[in-house]
Amino acid sequence: MVNIEVVLFVVLAVLFVGSGIMVITRRSPVLAVLYLILNFFALAGLYLTLQAQFIAVIQIIVYAGAIMVLFLFVIMLLNLKDEEKLIEKITARKVLAVGLSAAVMFEILYIIWISTPGIERDVAKAEELGRVEAIGKALFSDFLFPFEVTSVVLIVAIVGAVILAKKKLD
Amino acid sequence: MIDLNSYLILSASVFVLGVIGVVTRRNAIIVFMSIELMLNSVNLTLVAFSSFLGDATGQILVFFVMTIAAAEAAVGLAIVIALFRNKQTVNIDEINILKW
Repeated sequence: MVNIEVVLFVVLAVLFVGSGIMVITRRSPVLAVLYLILNFFALAGLYLTLQAQFIAVIQIIVYAGAIMVLFLFVIMLLNLKDEEKLIEKITARKVLAVGLSAAVMFEILYIIWISTPGIERDVAKAEELGRVEAIGKALFSDFLFPFEVTSVVLIVAIVGAVILAKKKLD
Repeated sequence: MIDLNSYLILSASVFVLGVIGVVTRRNAIIVFMSIELMLNSVNLTLVAFSSFLGDATGQILVFFVMTIAAAEAAVGLAIVIALFRNKQTVNIDEINILKW
């Protein structure tokens, strides 16, 4: 019997990895952004399979909605005319880089392999944790200070972005 | 039932895809997108551990990572715009004024 959970995981995993490969191989940045949005939707689906509903929703609203629109706007603003100058060539250095990255991947997989924790998942508890209620409670009690610091980080980012993108400083 | 290792392996492979993107691509915007890929794959690891261990801290950390990613994207894209205004390119091989 085919388990629906396994089917869902495999479909989402293939989408997640496949769109990731498309992001790093597309020549046009616009296509890469669109594949990255697909990647984020697949990731939101994976979060749902882990009963993390709140994270899945903000993944779509914040990432796919806000950050990717920012990327698209910048690509549109830049209006890259010298696209042909950006054509990527396969050099020995790049092949070496991909080889080294693959080595890193096998190291990570080896570490995962030798340290198999074999934790059993308590689905009911996970579902309880993923709700807005649980996350909000933790955020406004145990993690109140980091939460407030986040607002400082955001205001610094806003000021920094405006100053960097300004034509002339006066 | 999907086990924890499947999620960890999936997230590791997408993290490495992000690494490959950062080290091989020359378009600064695509390098940024690869960084987002890496951030997201680590988020998947955090959520998987959070769900399997029954501890909400991992999901809180993902929340903060998303905030930092938003800040990073805003500042990073502003830097790309400033560079493009000065050098008319987003090719990171030609942006080498800090190199000597």
